[in-house]
Amino acid sequence: MSEKTDINAEMNRLLARATRDRSDIEDLVVVPVFAVIVALILGAATMLATGVDLATIGKSFVALFVGSVGSLNAISETLTAAIPLVLAGLGLALGFRAGLFNIGAEGQLLLGGVAAVVFGFSFPDLPFVVLMPLCLLAGALTGAFYASIAGALKAATGAHEVISTIMLNLISYRLLDYLLRSPWIQKEGRSDPISKSVPDNAQLPRLLDWIEPNLRLHAGIFVMLIAVFVVYWILFRSKIGFAFRASGENPDAARYAGMHSGLIIVAAMASAGALAGLAGAAQVLGVLDRASPGFSAGIGFDAIAVALLGRSHPLGVLFAGVLFGGLEAGGRQMQVDAGVSIDIIGIIQALIIVFIAAPLLVRAIFPWGFRRTGDNHGGKGK
Amino acid sequence: MTVATTNTATASGQKLDVGKQRRARITGAVMIGLALLVLLVLGVDGGEQATFRLSRPTDTWVLPDLVVPAGPFNYVAATVLAFLGARQFLQGGVRWTSLSLGFGLAILVMAFLVWATAGKAFSLTGMLQATMVRAVPIALGGLAGVLCERVAVVNIAIEGMLLAGAFTGALMGSLLGGWGGLVAAVAVGGAFGFFLAALVVTFRMDQIIAGVVINLFVLGLTSYVSSQVFADLRHLNNAPVFRAWKIPVLSDIPVIGPMLFYQNIFVYGALILVAIATYYLFHTRSGLRARAVGEHPRAADTLGVNVYRTRYIHVTLGGMVAGFGGAWFTLGSVGRFDENMTGGRGFIGLAAMIFGRWHPVGALAAALVFGFADSLQQKLALLRTPIPSEFLAMSPYIATIIVVAGLVGKARPPAADGKPYVKE
Repeated sequence: MSEKTDINAEMNRLLARATRDRSDIEDLVVVPVFAVIVALILGAATMLATGVDLATIGKSFVALFVGSVGSLNAISETLTAAIPLVLAGLGLALGFRAGLFNIGAEGQLLLGGVAAVVFGFSFPDLPFVVLMPLCLLAGALTGAFYASIAGALKAATGAHEVISTIMLNLISYRLLDYLLRSPWIQKEGRSDPISKSVPDNAQLPRLLDWIEPNLRLHAGIFVMLIAVFVVYWILFRSKIGFAFRASGENPDAARYAGMHSGLIIVAAMASAGALAGLAGAAQVLGVLDRASPGFSAGIGFDAIAVALLGRSHPLGVLFAGVLFGGLEAGGRQMQVDAGVSIDIIGIIQALIIVFIAAPLLVRAIFPWGFRRTGDNHGGKGK
Repeated sequence: MTVATTNTATASGQKLDVGKQRRARITGAVMIGLALLVLLVLGVDGGEQATFRLSRPTDTWVLPDLVVPAGPFNYVAATVLAFLGARQFLQGGVRWTSLSLGFGLAILVMAFLVWATAGKAFSLTGMLQATMVRAVPIALGGLAGVLCERVAVVNIAIEGMLLAGAFTGALMGSLLGGWGGLVAAVAVGGAFGFFLAALVVTFRMDQIIAGVVINLFVLGLTSYVSSQVFADLRHLNNAPVFRAWKIPVLSDIPVIGPMLFYQNIFVYGALILVAIATYYLFHTRSGLRARAVGEHPRAADTLGVNVYRTRYIHVTLGGMVAGFGGAWFTLGSVGRFDENMTGGRGFIGLAAMIFGRWHPVGALAAALVFGFADSLQQKLALLRTPIPSEFLAMSPYIATIIVVAGLVGKARPPAADGKPYVKE
């Protein structure tokens, strides 16, 4: 009797393992693919509803495709747009793994970018090999400091990081306006808020300008790839990464295991902020040359989507960032070619995350493509 | 064994006390710091006086101006702050830590006002009126949050719902007139509430992610339509604005009359909704059931309350309240929609809800504090203080952080807040 039960249990366990592998593939591949397709279809429906005719919609999807992967220039633009998205997305992913929902990447990115610019034009005489890394470091440290304010508040008083990071974002916009108008940062002879330019020896060099001078892909892509590797190593191979994940999965268990939850929160927020600050620094040193109001262009918010889409895994974030970079680059082409506002990309991105974050919804829309399992309402619901 | 247990209990008890004491000490130190700030930065030389106007010459009852000698007032303020701070710091503040912090902050604001107005005149009535107006979207956002969180659904999407309400108000208001726009804004807010409920209750999506997604979606959609459609067809973005209604007699009361009884329907609506929600949640049977769903869904379910339906209904109602609050931005003030015009008010509303301890009246009171900070910043720009306007513009957000971090320590959200419920 008992033997039989044991065998049954064993069989069930094996079965469960097998099905879990299957559903992992569904979760990692099928759901994102469906999500992107449905989001594009709904995006087209939105355009239709706002009086865009079918021919223009077709044209805009062609432009979206051509503008993202259709030429060397398009690929360069896609990757250029992906660099800050992946960097900030990695930071957010790290926070998510530690159970922290950091909405403040935008503010961390803005201040990190400003810090990199200020450091760059303050020491224009340093050689490139010293100045450029120091500028990146200044950006990362500033981002880390700004994010750790929210972390410290959460650790010390329990203030929810969602609200405090949003407030820090709003504060950073005003702070940026103030800084860009202060005489030691503002460009000489300008009355609008804009910073001085970054000196040439602080800029991230362009990689492909020997083929064609207007290819904007810059050395930030190496920073991005290194960051993917480092975050992977931190999360899955280091002690602090284990602490992050443990306190994200089960804060109580982590605390009983002797981890200092407060320190972990501050450290996780600081690393997330460092990556967001790095994203801002890469953006100003590689693309923009200077800081101006709203130079982040919502990258910090798009990065939330990137981190969610990438399932908070460094490699996933890399792919998701490149996808969103492609949407960004293609969206610009779409605006030029078809005259459809680039804001449609925001709708498509939001829809992608809806479907990614609610796999049950995708399963409800597409009952085929997924194996019917007994635990159809499954996921981690239990 | 028993000894060990007792020891642990005592130790944790002591630890709690130590935590409380440390908190009180920090509060005390902060307040002493504020006292020094008042003394050194906000000190006013000579015999300058701050004049606060309490009424307009055209009012029925004209009150004399309130004239405060600025220098002595701020010395007194600094002394009171220092006393409160020292008391907290030395005694480890057994009682009234939060109360004295709140009182201290109020004194700080008064000292700041007196310092900014020294040698000038300032209309207190006008500022209170503006406070009420600016508190409306925050209070309605907070009320929407209360309705959702009382049934244990965290609603980060209030910002998006406000924005959707503002957009719909402008669009439908231009087509159908003010009342049509208002009804449509409420309906669209409700639709997004229903959508959020569907995502988190039926599809069991993470509540924070669902909220963030709705925010992104609404921001994308409204920005897209306003740049794709409104740019060409301007008549679609030109809604009539609800004017202020003067309630006879009551609006003639000095100081608070114009603040409470000479406003547009959004102010009256917010006050009435707060009253209704308070009565509903705390004095009716279905309100009790809703709160039970928020505290212990399994127990509520066992007693025959339909948890899913309760959550759907309340989150939809919350969305409708937020939609009404959103209409304020367009139908209640400027009549036209701008991209991202809510500017984080929904999140401040959320903070107001936490500050107000998940109670409608508390949320309204907190919203008034934020509205005060907001209108103060506007009025101070006119007084030409040496503080850069950007820093004044930050003040509501800094206040939010301080409030969420400092004063909420003891507040307790509904026990099941943020957790999905899976019926067995």
